[in-house]
Parts: sequence; structure tokens; C-alpha cells
Amino acid sequence: MKAPQSCAIRSTCPYCGVGCGVLLSPDREGGLDVRGDKSHPANFGRLCSKGTALGETVSLDGRLLAPRVHGEETDWDSALDLVARRFSETIAAHGPDSVAFYVSGQLLTEDYYVANKLMKGFIGSANIDTNSRLCMASTVAGHKRAFGTDTVPGTYEDLDEADLIVLTGSNLAWCHPVLYQRILATRKKRPEQKLVVIDPRRTASCDLADLHLPVKPGSDVALFNGLLAEIARRGLIDATFATNVSGLEEAIASARADDLSVTGLSDDTLSEFYDLWCTTEKVVTIFSQGVNQSSSGTDKVNAITNCHLATGRIGRPGLGPFSVTGQPNAMGGREVGGLANMLACHLDIENVDHRKAVGDFWSAPVMPEQAGLKAVDMFRAVGEGRIKALWVLHTNPAVSMPDADKVREAIAGCEFVVVSDITGATDTARLAHVLLPATGWGEKSGTVTNSDRIISRQRIVLPAPGEARPDWWQLAEVGRLMGYGAAFDYESPAEIFREYAALSGIAGGFGKDFDISGLKDLTDAEYDALEPTRWPVSDGKQGGRFFADGRFFTPDGKGRMLPVSWKPPVAKLEPRYPFRLNTGRVRDQWHTMTRTARAPRLNAHLGEPFIEIHPDDAAAKGIGPTALVEITSPHGKAILRAMITDRIAPGEIFAPMHWTGENAPAARIDALVAPVIDPVSGQPESKASVAGIAPFAAAWYGFAISQTPVKANTEYWALAKTHAGYRMELAGREAPEDWVAEARGLFDLPAADVQTMLDPAKGTARIAFHKDGALQAALFVSRQPVAVMRDYLTHLPGQEAPMVLSGKSPADQPDPGPVLCSCFNVGVNTILSAIETRGLMTVEAIGEALQAGTNCGSCRPEIAALIERVQAQEAAE
Amino acid sequence: MAERLVIIGAGMATGRLLDHLVAECPGAFDITLFNAEPRGTYNRLMLSPVLAGELSYDEIITHDAGWYTRHGVICRFGERVARIDPARRVVFGEQGEVPYDKLVIATGSSPFILPLPGHDLPGVIAYRDLEDTEEMIRLAAKPQGRAVIIGGGLLGLEAAAGMAARGTHVTVVHLNDHLMDRQLDGPAAALLQEALEARGIEVICGANSKEIIAGDDGRVRALLLEDGRMLYCDLLVMAVGIRPSIALARECGIETGRGILVDDRMRTTAPGVFALGECVEHDGAVFGLVAPLFDQARVLAQTLRDLPATFVNKDVSTKLKVTGCDLFSAGDFREAEGRECITYSDPQAAIYKRLVIEGGRLVGAVMYGDTDDGGWFFNLIRDGADISAMRDTLIFGPAYQDAPEAPALEVMA
Repeated sequence: MKAPQSCAIRSTCPYCGVGCGVLLSPDREGGLDVRGDKSHPANFGRLCSKGTALGETVSLDGRLLAPRVHGEETDWDSALDLVARRFSETIAAHGPDSVAFYVSGQLLTEDYYVANKLMKGFIGSANIDTNSRLCMASTVAGHKRAFGTDTVPGTYEDLDEADLIVLTGSNLAWCHPVLYQRILATRKKRPEQKLVVIDPRRTASCDLADLHLPVKPGSDVALFNGLLAEIARRGLIDATFATNVSGLEEAIASARADDLSVTGLSDDTLSEFYDLWCTTEKVVTIFSQGVNQSSSGTDKVNAITNCHLATGRIGRPGLGPFSVTGQPNAMGGREVGGLANMLACHLDIENVDHRKAVGDFWSAPVMPEQAGLKAVDMFRAVGEGRIKALWVLHTNPAVSMPDADKVREAIAGCEFVVVSDITGATDTARLAHVLLPATGWGEKSGTVTNSDRIISRQRIVLPAPGEARPDWWQLAEVGRLMGYGAAFDYESPAEIFREYAALSGIAGGFGKDFDISGLKDLTDAEYDALEPTRWPVSDGKQGGRFFADGRFFTPDGKGRMLPVSWKPPVAKLEPRYPFRLNTGRVRDQWHTMTRTARAPRLNAHLGEPFIEIHPDDAAAKGIGPTALVEITSPHGKAILRAMITDRIAPGEIFAPMHWTGENAPAARIDALVAPVIDPVSGQPESKASVAGIAPFAAAWYGFAISQTPVKANTEYWALAKTHAGYRMELAGREAPEDWVAEARGLFDLPAADVQTMLDPAKGTARIAFHKDGALQAALFVSRQPVAVMRDYLTHLPGQEAPMVLSGKSPADQPDPGPVLCSCFNVGVNTILSAIETRGLMTVEAIGEALQAGTNCGSCRPEIAALIERVQAQEAAE
Repeated sequence: MAERLVIIGAGMATGRLLDHLVAECPGAFDITLFNAEPRGTYNRLMLSPVLAGELSYDEIITHDAGWYTRHGVICRFGERVARIDPARRVVFGEQGEVPYDKLVIATGSSPFILPLPGHDLPGVIAYRDLEDTEEMIRLAAKPQGRAVIIGGGLLGLEAAAGMAARGTHVTVVHLNDHLMDRQLDGPAAALLQEALEARGIEVICGANSKEIIAGDDGRVRALLLEDGRMLYCDLLVMAVGIRPSIALARECGIETGRGILVDDRMRTTAPGVFALGECVEHDGAVFGLVAPLFDQARVLAQTLRDLPATFVNKDVSTKLKVTGCDLFSAGDFREAEGRECITYSDPQAAIYKRLVIEGGRLVGAVMYGDTDDGGWFFNLIRDGADISAMRDTLIFGPAYQDAPEAPALEVMA
């Protein structure tokens, strides 16, 4: 690594909601040197594997560099004229609710503000929703029900001070690694701090936990109701604080009525957890998608807030309910009104005063009186032809929405689809009539808000490539072209931010907590220099925590406890679909991989989509290790690699949600997810679908390496970028007659020198293509899953590799194995060898010897597991 | 008193038999050795280097006159045996009869001569013995000498390469679509053909010979192909195969098939008569390579002394070099039910390999261009080792077997 330049630019990481500060220095080859910002309060210099690899994601490969209309490149004027005209015509003919924006937690607050203003203030519809709907809408709804406002009460410092941290529905170790490492660092200093993980799966977050509660999917409400009942039974209700809380009795009554057996947990386990919670004052309950993505997500949130409200454990150092968000600016989107049921600055659409105030502030000609369509309903309306013009910004609903195949069909059938993105190579962008090239993360200026209410600047560090333009500019241009010139006459993000901050002052005037009016007079220079700042920022208040004073934002000013009851997931298990399908993230990928898939080292950890299956279920279904599995649900099907593990419970299966038509068309797992939503929040139930599994009847399996990207024409393939090119897994139901011709076609190398190893009787074929002595591509085919040294082979494209078809490294070049530590590119075999031959028996010793696990630390649980494996083997011998 | 042993034929198998007898039981036999060629045993395999000018004839003699004298072998070289009378235990040479107690027929094989019109013209030869070799060498002295070789098998190509190396213009005419079709398949043969052509040898495959044309001098002048092509030549070499020489045995009532039938102890159906070498048929097999002949010689040496020994026909390998083209072949290549092939082809590097598998065991291997691992493959064939576990990497040789087992795809987290 090069030394950071002194002129490094401070910005914010674009991945999860932790909101880490980064120091960015462009290198001279179009890349970036990326370091953690030691002065940023979210991470104090620490970064996870994804953040560390950001420099690998900024290349211009596959970037969209000019507007395209119907696939043809054009200029901005033509493209935007068409967008404005089609939206105006559609509105004129069918009314404002016939158009919609579907936006993203990737947008900066300034982008969001303009999109929201255009849709709600000038088009006159509330049909703008964000992919945050899929992420934390239930938290928004739960917060609003309990606190009267969507506000995270605490701060990250609470994690340092807590004596008990409960993770529920959160694989924090993988999804918010910097926070997890922060907890581990605290536990090192204060070993008495306890960690409890509530998750149907034994995730990486469980490895160092004091207690893991493998709950039945969707039973969180019952679990926390049991806790509330126990709190009441033990007389732990905070009587003083309870004077600020309504609904206590009803909530407790509901809690007592719930049947704890639905959690699937033993009485002992329940008692241990309840005892720990009840006897520990300083408890932070962190929750995330496992809570939110549920048909009872809002109730789950309130089951948690009930316990904290009942005990008064809220808003003070070291305690409180804590929602962590999945996106860099999910919080900003919530604040600025990116959701169809919010106005802006925590103001409400349905409130006539709020509506009027915002309308006046914007000089808006029309304001919608009702909430717009939330994501699932929005795409249903697209599919039914009720929405006729759709603008998608920086998100990939054709992959990420539940019932994704149907959503893809809906978009494909929509009369007019605009997509703004950094690439045209996404499942959604390929359906667009108009493709608008947007600036990417390193090319954008604006602000984001993280999970603990810190507003940070994202700064420009790379020039906008080609014709790429910021999203706020695109939206404002269309606003001007639609005839709303004065309202969208923005020159800079700073100008937008000032307007937004001023509007928040109006919200403050209504008694709303989101008030950053203290920033409304920032000069451009002050805006540029803005330090990470926790809201609120107003004359009256500056940062800090909420609700310890017992003041809430409900009409009566009291916190609300909700009577909630366990409800099972909507999709019912049945003989054809006997498995509960859970979906989620993996450590080194993010969302639909449009960015992380560009970083070779991030693809090295889990380069292929997979499905976790319990060994008993695998045995019962005849699914062997590394086999491919066909998964079917009432909505769609997928083919994924079997990962047979007892980390998942029998009867449950888990698949990552990242892979798309671009890199693994058979792995679009959201195609199987039912479009079932929480009735309060509109958030889909992404973690409790039903499915059946069976071995995929592959006639052949393949593994390929290539210098250039490849797409296959077969039932299953999964492509991943590597340092030397690409690697691909393939499989098909029918083997072609002529593998050599097939391989030539696959790699599109009609003239390259070919090298073959063919064993037709066994169904083995190995074919390599060379040019001027350098390996271009190779395909390895077998009737069984292909056994070759993948991690060695992936280094070979571009090099002289006369023995590539052997599939093995020569004896003098050991195979490093799959990468475990992405930050330092250390493979499993390297670590195993260090454990076995050098006797390194601690994670620390491994780190000292190989650097593995010493940067972001997110692989440390896996290193520990390897050590344990070796110890277990040695003990067995 | 020593037994009378008569041996007919002084080829390489006989040479080895004599080596065993003089080493293991000197003086046990009074030996009379007939040979139609006017010389004793030499290493026939080394005729190609002699032809190519790499060795002289003297260097390939294994048993010279002094050797026979030293060991009391009565040599009747250049004398044909006309007849055998097994009942009386007598051999009739051209110069008189010789009684025997034990008789070894080692008449070898004779080249097959296509019965084309003109096949008996002067200048039409086989490639079998020193005389043939010398005739080919003599042609090289002739300016613009041309030779046509019928038969693109191993022998024909060695003749072609040897003559070409001496400057003769050589055309090889081969009936099959590709050269060495018994050992190589199309791709390997194509590589070989390319290499031969690079050395100036003309190769015509799929060519049917029609007639051998005489010149004014009554010698061979050209080969006429069915398609009308006329290939002019000063010498025509037929290298289309060999046949066991069994006439002598058959005529005296010894049972024959393709060869003289022998049992595991090399006994023919006539008491006191044994057979050895390329003339025999053992358990349905006839022999063309030297290794089994040496095994037979070892067994026969025991049998002659009434000691137990059993001949087992094992697969053998040949490592061949035709003008710098490395070829290796081992085992059995016949296509048959239940046989499977693994091929490796790298045309850029001019490397080709083919393995034949039967019942999870390697039964044959052929390699072109890279024969380094030949010995290893040969051992696998000989040992009948189960190769199923290493089948995917087998063809890459031993260097890729001891590496740690490549993991099947391991999804890990």
C-alpha cells in the first residue's frame, strides 16, 4: 500500500448505514487509495473489507458514459426533453398518480430532496418511494408509533457503555462490521460486557457471543413479549418513567397472552436471556433487517421498544433500542421525505398544516393529500398499467423486490421507463427506454445521514467521467423542462442543502425533532468544510440523545407502548414448500453487486451464490456437498450451490440476496420471495418465504476462467471478477456434443490457439485458449462438481500457463485456497498451513504472522473457526 | 551326455535364448544354429539408426563369430531348412540333415508383400534385414534418388526418415486416412505428418496402390495409384506389415494358427519341438515387439532344462523416435466395447496424448511430442493399477498426482 497523501479528501463510505469516514487519495491510474478517517466519530479510522476495497470499484469498466434513448447514445438535451415530455404528457392524460419515482438509499440527501420536491410539490403525487422500504420501513413505522417520530434515540457511544448488547435480526459481524468490531474492542477492555444474538441462523455474529437464541423465524414478537411479561412479573417497570408512557397495561396484557413456545427456544434459554436483560440496566437492543423485513416487522420493533419504554431504558448513555440501517443514506432518505408516506423533515402528508407549510415553503402548485404507493404496491401498479411512466434512480428493483420476476415483467411492460445509474448493465437498466448516466460515489458532492444521526459530507474526489451528471442536476433539469423553472434553479448541492435546512426549521416550528435549521446559512465554503454533525442542529438543541426526558413527539407527548401479538409469517408451509426461506447479505457483497462485484478481492470470499441447508435436510433430499440445488416457491425458482451447514436449523434455508441477471441469472432469489408486506410499514417479508428444494439434475458442471467477462447460455452460471479476469461456475441439464466448439462460443475466441483434455466416457472436458503464449480462457467440465484448484487457476489468465488443464498448481506453487481475509488477500490454505506447521493457535498469532484479520477484523470469527477445526481434528487423531 | 539342440533362426529371440543357456547351463546342450540370413544375431531394432547413418552395422551385432566359437555353437548361416521330421527328430538343411533331441523353431516373421502387379520387380524391397537397409543406403548415393514407401506405419516411417536424412526424396503412401493408424488417431497423426513434411518427406494418405511400373532397365520405375497418380521412384519399399513364418512348422504337422501354437512353456504340439519369437502364437496373441520375445526366451531356457517356468504375455511399451518426433506407445490400442479414451491435445506445442482405459485401469497409452511420462504410464499398464481416483489428472503425468487433492468447490463462510 502506498502512503496516504497529505491532501487526502475526507468523505463517507457508500455502503452500509454505519457511515464510516474515509480518506481518499486518487492514485495516478484512475484508482483510489482508501483509508479510514481516524477523526470520524462513526469509525475512528476503522473500515470493513468492503470499505477497504472501495479503490477497486471506481474503474470505468462498464460505466455508462452518455445518455441513451432506446439503446442509442444521445445528448443530454434530447434525453431530458424526452423524459420531461413523456412525464408531462402522461400526467396530463392520466393524472399525477400515473407516474412514479423509485429511488434509493444510495442517493445523497440533496438528490433526495430534489426528487421529493419534484414529485410531491410539483407533479402533485406522493408516488415516490425508496428501496429503504425494503430495508427499514418497519423501523420507521415502529418508531413513529412508539415515539411519534422516526428517530433513533441513542448514539454509537452507547455501544461502548452498554453492559449488555442484544443483536436481534442483525448479523452485525458481516453487515455492519465496524460496529461489531467496536463491540469486540469494548469487550476486550470490559470483558464483563455481554453479547446476546437472536437469530434463526448461527451467524458469524454468534461466534463470540455469550448466548445465541436460535429463534423460529418471525417469532421475535413472542420473544420480546415474553421479556415484557417477565419485566412486569419481576416488578421492573420504571414507575417514574411510566408516567411519560401510554399503553403500558394493554401492552403487558398482550405480552402475557403470547405463547412462548412459538419461539422454539427452551425454557432455560429463555430464562437465561430474560434474566440477563432484566438484571442489566445498560442494555442496547440492536435490530436490523431480521426484524424489519417481516409481515409483523412494525410489531417486532414495538415489542422491542415496549421493553425499553417499560423499563425507562431509553435515551441515556449505554442503553436503548437501536436500529441500524442498511444503506449509507437510508436515514437521510427518511429525514428528507424519500418514503411515499412522509412529507419532508419528519412532516406528515396527511397533516393539513404540515402540507400547507411545505407547499408554501416550496411555492408548490399542488400537494398530494395522501400517501403515495409504497414499493410493492408501486410495482404492482406498474404491472397493472396504472403507472405509465417510471423513473428509477440508483436501485435495481428487477432484482431486489420480492416476486422479482414479476417486477421485472412489470417494468418491461411499462410504457416509459427512465433509469439513472452508473452502469447500463443491471437487470433494471436493461429494461429502460431512457438511460441517464449518473455520477458515482467518488464523483458526487452532498450529505448523508448514518444510523446514529450523524450528517457527513460526501465529497468529490474523482472527475465525472464522460457525460455523467449528478442526480440532483438530472432531477432539477427535468423539473425546469416540465415548467417549474424557479423552483429547481439550483446551482449546487450546497444551495439545495441550505433550502432543506431552512425547511427543517419549519418542521422544528411544528415541534418536530428533525431540525437542522442551524445549518441553513452555511456558506458554500462552510458546507464544503462541514464536519460530521449529529442532528438536531438548531437554536434549541444540538445532537445528543432523545427521550430520556420523557418527552415524545406523539400528540399527547407520551411514549407509546403497543399491545402487540405474535403472528406467524404470512406464507404457509405446505408439502410442496416445506422449507422456510430466509434471505440476507454476505460479508463482502453489497446489494445487487453493481459496485462490490467490481472488486476482485471482495469476490474471493464467497464468489458464488449459495443456499445454506441443514445436513439432515440435505441428506433427506439427497443433496451432496457442493451440489446444485433447485429451489422453488409459489413465485419463482432458483438454482444455487449447496452449503450444507448446521449453522441453519432443520426446515430452514438461507440464500444471499445479491446475485443478479448480470452475474448469476438462476440466483435471483427475490424471484422466490412472496410480495407479502407488513400492513403498517409496507415492508416486504423477505425472510420468511416458503420453498421446496431438490437436487438440480445437472448433466454437467463447469468451471471457467477468462480474461474478459463471459455470459453463458445454460441453466446455471455464476460469474465473478478476479484480479486476472473472471471466474465462472456453470452447470446444465444437457451436455453439448462438441465441448471445444461450445467453449469457443462461450469465450468468443474464434481464432485462439486451443488446448484440450477430453475424456468423453467420463464426461470430462478441459479446454484452454491461448494467444501469443498467454492464457485467454479455460473451461473445465465434469459430470460431478468440478474438482480443480480454483484459487490457483484464477491467477492464470494473461500468463503463460501451459499446464493449466491439469487444474492443479505445480508442487512448488502452493494453492492459497479461497480468500478468507479480503483486506490482505490471505487464503484459507495459507492460514491452515500456518496453524498446522507453525502452531499458531490464536487469531492474534495468525494476524501477527500473516496480517490476516488485522484490518477490518470481519474475518476474525472465521479464522477462529479454522483454528477450532484444526484443534478438533488433532483431538480426534 | 549333452543333449542335441537344434535352433532354426538366429534373430533377437534366439540371441537371448543362447545367452540364457550359456549362462545358466553351459555345456548342457550341443547346439546347432540354422539361419537363412548369412549372419548371426544383431539388434534388428537398430537398423533404423544404421539406415540414418547414426550407427554402423558392426555396432549393432550382438553375437559375433567369436561368440559362437567360444560357446561351441555350430553355425549353419545362410543355409535354409527345408523340412522337419518330428517323428524321427531330424531337421533337413540344404546341406544335410541334423538329428536333434530338442528343436527350437525361431523362424521369426516375414514382411508382407502386397500382390500388386510388379511386386517382384528388382528394386521392390521390404524393410526387414541388413540387405534391405544396405539397398536403401546405396540409393542415397544416387543424385536425385527417389524412393516410395508403401505403408505409413512405424517401420515405413523409420525407413522414410532414415532415407530422407540421407538426402533421398521420399514419398510415403498410406492406405488409411492417417499415418500410424494402429497407434495414433487423427490429431496425433496430423502432428506427425506435419513434422515429417517439415523434414521434406512427402506423405499421401488414403492412397490405394494399383500397380508397380517397370522402367526400361527392368527395375522399378514408378508406383501407380488408383487415382491415376504416378509416383516415380528408384526404390519401392513395402512396409505394410509382417506375418509369422510358420510354413516349416505347418508342413510337418505342427499345429498353427496365425503363428505356431505354443503353450505357456513354449512347447508346440510336437514332442520335443519348441517355438520362440515372432513366429509363435500364444493364447491368441502374436508378437512384434522385443520385450515379450525376451520373456519367451527366458521361459524357454528353463523349459529346455525341464525346469518349470511360465510365459505370461504382458503389455509392453515402445518409445520411438522418428527423426526427432517423440512417440511413445504402450499397451493395447484396439477399440473395443468397454474401452474409453482420454485425449490431450496441444497443437501449438505439437503435443498429443491418448490414454485407453478399460475397467478403471489403463490398458494403453500413446504420446506424441512429450513422452517424458511414458515410463510411468507403462508401469500403470503393467501393474494394472486402478486409476479411477486420478483419472481427471492422469494424462498430466506423475507430477500432477502427488499434489494435494484439489478440493471440489468448497463454498465457505
